[in-house]
Amino acid sequence: MKPLLERHGDRLIGVLSPILLLIVWELLVRFHWISAQFFPAPSSIAVTFVKLARTGDLWLNVGVSLRRLLLGFIIGGVPGLLLGIVMGLSRPIRLFIEPLIASTYPIPKSALLPLVLLIFGLGESSKIAMVAMGVFYPVIMNTVTGVLQISKIYFDVGTNFGAGRWKTFRTIALPGAAPFIITGVKLGIGMGLILISIAEMVGADSGLGYMIWNAWQLMDVETMYVGLFMIAFLGFVFTLLLDEIERWLLPWRAA
Amino acid sequence: MDAPPKISLDGLSKTFASRSGLVTALDNVSLNIAPGTFCVVVGPSGCGKTTLLRIVAGLEERTSGNFSIRRDDRSRPLNAMVFQGDSIFPWMNVWDNAAYGLKLRGVSAPQIREIVSHYLDRTGLRRFAEYYPHQLSGGMRQRVSIARAFANDPEVLFMDEPFSALDEQNKLLLQEELLRIWEEHKKTVIFITHSVDEAVTLGDKIVIMTASPGRIKAVVDVNLPRPRNILELRRDREFGELVFQIWGYLRTEVDAARAQVN
Ligand SMILES: Nc1ncnc2c1ncn2[C@@H]1O[C@H](COP(=O)(O)OP(=O)(O)OP(=O)(O)O)[C@@H](O)[C@H]1O
Ligand SMILES: [Mg+2]
Repeated sequence: MKPLLERHGDRLIGVLSPILLLIVWELLVRFHWISAQFFPAPSSIAVTFVKLARTGDLWLNVGVSLRRLLLGFIIGGVPGLLLGIVMGLSRPIRLFIEPLIASTYPIPKSALLPLVLLIFGLGESSKIAMVAMGVFYPVIMNTVTGVLQISKIYFDVGTNFGAGRWKTFRTIALPGAAPFIITGVKLGIGMGLILISIAEMVGADSGLGYMIWNAWQLMDVETMYVGLFMIAFLGFVFTLLLDEIERWLLPWRAA
Repeated sequence: MDAPPKISLDGLSKTFASRSGLVTALDNVSLNIAPGTFCVVVGPSGCGKTTLLRIVAGLEERTSGNFSIRRDDRSRPLNAMVFQGDSIFPWMNVWDNAAYGLKLRGVSAPQIREIVSHYLDRTGLRRFAEYYPHQLSGGMRQRVSIARAFANDPEVLFMDEPFSALDEQNKLLLQEELLRIWEEHKKTVIFITHSVDEAVTLGDKIVIMTASPGRIKAVVDVNLPRPRNILELRRDREFGELVFQIWGYLRTEVDAARAQVN
């Protein structure tokens, strides 16, 4: 039996640096070397976190943001996936749609927020639309690449064994492109988190972005940090979740 | 009187248009293959063997000429191909790969179970049914590809250099397995290889092709008795003479192919 440190060494080193940072931060504030006005001590952020968690304010805002993320993710991701596969399989359709994607992709999605607000108003739909846009592009682009990189011989096998359109899609294009699609989804979720924060800062009365913005207006710095930590935490959880889904969906990938 | 041919090729030609001009891959190939024949095609690299098979399998358009495969049983697929190189799906395990054709055809689950386990047994893959291709050796992957084609129970089988990437011992084992499986149903087979030994070991009829453009140079009938013992064959006098004879035909073609490259 190996000693604890040897068995969990890598993971221990991994958690060491954040803990060290928090301790140094705490000390710096305690000794008044940095201003608590901008960098409140981790301990006071924790106190605020508990307070917000007790009143339920925090969970309300997290819940609202999650709902928008989820809906936007589905509304942007599913069409991105389907269209991407169709484009990968059909050259004419790809040639037809590609210029549209290539020309709209470079527009920073955040710059479209005013337009989106104009079209969808201040309600839920504008936030969901922002997330959907952020998810759509990485998913469609990675899916097209994913289908195109599938070796031609697999499609020949499909033809030889009598696979029609639907079966070719189900048994070859979709699983063959899956590793790329998952990469697209990961990028899309990162994009979605950025855009939801921005969208909720402008013209929203709930959500994590709103919480952060509102805290700025009230000069409630601790609450602002709680919001920031929550977003970082969500991003972290999504990453873990997707890694798990990837392992489960793609058991055929060499480790 | 001979039985009507199962497969017949009549003046089949194929010209590819490539960036560097036109490439004639096949030139006026005519051939009749009787039902139940194990037909082997040998020829130098690039002479159009794969092209020939792809045309007959309906994966490639011909430029001119005709071919036909006689249908005897509408309920079975006409052909199944064992492709040159790796062609089993990396995202399916051994079982699902072998069951691919049957599943597409909507065969009932109990029947699929029975057929697939039979061929996985036959190819020695039963223990590896749950494995994914990246966990298998090259030889095992070839066996999956063979099991997949046989399991689909086609009227004719096309095999494009299925053993060329294998070492000698594995090749021998798989040749034995192939002959054993083939003896069960005696399907009509077109088998492509580079190896004259392999051709004589397996075939009833050996078609020798010329270097590019591919034409038929000679057809040699092999009347060695079946079932064949691959090891015993090696010291058979007739076997040696056939190998010698076919090498004679091939020799000039291989030289010609080399001259084209240089
Ligand atoms: N899609 C294609 N486009 C253009 N030329 C092609 C194409 N496929 C094959 N060819 C050419 O046709 C000729 C025959 O190719 P083929 O693959 O049939 O040879 P082969 O006899 O199977 O060779 P090998 O034994 O090396 O597998 C070659 O010169 C090749 O370059
Ligand atoms: Mg070939």
